[in-house]
Amino acid sequence: MIKNVNSFEQLRDICEFKNKHIWEYAIEREAELAEVTTEEMRTTVKKSLDAMKDAIKSGLNSKEMSISGMCGDDCYRLQKRFAVRGALFGKLFEKITAYALATIEENLRMGKIVACPTAGSCAIVPSVLIAASEELNIPEEEQINALVTAGEIGRIISNKVALAGAVAGCQAECGVASAMSAGALCQILGGTNDQIFNAVALAMKNLLGLTCDPVCGLVEIPCVKRNPFLAIHAVTAAELALADIKSKIPLDEVIDALEQTGKLMSPTLKESSQAGLAKTKTAIELEKKFLNRL
Amino acid sequence: MRQSSIIDIISPIMAGPSSSHTAGAVRLGLMARNVYDAPVKKITFRLYNSYALTGKGHGTDKGLLAGILGLGVDDTRIKNIFDSELARQIDYKFEYKEDFNRHPNAVDFIFDGNLTMKVSGDSIGAGEIVITAIDNFSVNLTGKYNTILLVYKDVPGMISRVTKLIDVNIATLQCDRYAKGDDASMCICLDGEADKQIIDTISSFDDVYMVRYIKKLEN
Repeated sequence: MIKNVNSFEQLRDICEFKNKHIWEYAIEREAELAEVTTEEMRTTVKKSLDAMKDAIKSGLNSKEMSISGMCGDDCYRLQKRFAVRGALFGKLFEKITAYALATIEENLRMGKIVACPTAGSCAIVPSVLIAASEELNIPEEEQINALVTAGEIGRIISNKVALAGAVAGCQAECGVASAMSAGALCQILGGTNDQIFNAVALAMKNLLGLTCDPVCGLVEIPCVKRNPFLAIHAVTAAELALADIKSKIPLDEVIDALEQTGKLMSPTLKESSQAGLAKTKTAIELEKKFLNRL
Repeated sequence: MRQSSIIDIISPIMAGPSSSHTAGAVRLGLMARNVYDAPVKKITFRLYNSYALTGKGHGTDKGLLAGILGLGVDDTRIKNIFDSELARQIDYKFEYKEDFNRHPNAVDFIFDGNLTMKVSGDSIGAGEIVITAIDNFSVNLTGKYNTILLVYKDVPGMISRVTKLIDVNIATLQCDRYAKGDDASMCICLDGEADKQIIDTISSFDDVYMVRYIKKLEN
């Protein structure tokens, strides 16, 4: 019988008891559950990692627009600017934001991406994980460990809250992706389990209440630009946590707040495009144009 | 409660832009194809609610067709499926409906030709799907298990006759019927594989009208 680990407290205790990193425990449990070896499980994780890298590569070289014609060339613009004048925060910032736009734009033009945890939030984890790994020369094995850490964080949150904008708003999609990325980055930078949990809590706390109000009901506005923003958000959380700055509210309680906020959020702001940005004057005009194009 | 997996969080690898509206659509198509299990000549896709409203911008129509044609969720041909040689070989059309008794992301696959069949399903989020009905029988097929599906006459002893043949662990079992002694359906989800021989034996039973072995979805 495989132990059911459904809370961060349980995960912390079991890792402490077994003296293991989060990724070590998670991959062993996962392999046992799927009745495969840990090596086979790592191969499965690597497939996702490789697909993330491919999506970045394709996205950096395209400015094809989406079916709606609303989005698709922002990554091109950003790279053009960085080529002339580098980002204020340096190369890592450039890579994270460009990789995030590359991935999410690849998604809207029906290219191949990894839903992590969802398609609308697919660029946050890869941009942080892969940009940092490149800049810091992190070997592939450690990148896999970081992706497992991210997956385990998302898994535990998903036990309480369905990771879907229609259920709990964008806080449960891009918000959770940012929290997963904070944990993964903390892992890459050699953080302890405790620092990882704090990074997740800090990232998540600052995204509670984020609504899902997509214009025309499409994964484009505001989703595209939200991905690079929340990728950088994850870096802030990881940096604070690595300085041993703690979330005064324990992680499990932050997730309880996420769940409650999702329940209290008006259905008009949960992927139904009936309020918020989706019902602004300009959004309504865009919607008319979009429907005429079909 | 089903044990959750990190793989659910860091996958699927899929053609964008939406896990529920694109990947879910492909998977529903694949499942409907497996249930129909005959060459598809003519089909109507009936999309409901959010699937009808935002489906085009999300490529839901392309996804459903791609699934029916056997393409996986990560197949980059989905994007241009309408222009493909594969698509030209079948006669298909799309209908758009509003019905709030149905799930926001619901679809009916209406197969025409020598064998007519209606398969209904919902895309329930994060690429997860469920086939909810086949013709008028309610079923619960998620694509997570290899499943034996049969339609038969409701007679005593049928469940034991069928399950006695199965040598792997049965994960779940669901039955439905019109009325006592009338048509009935049985969905048997397995933890392993069922031999073709078992399926053939069940097919040969009196009072069994239709048997399908529906393989779990790979991606």
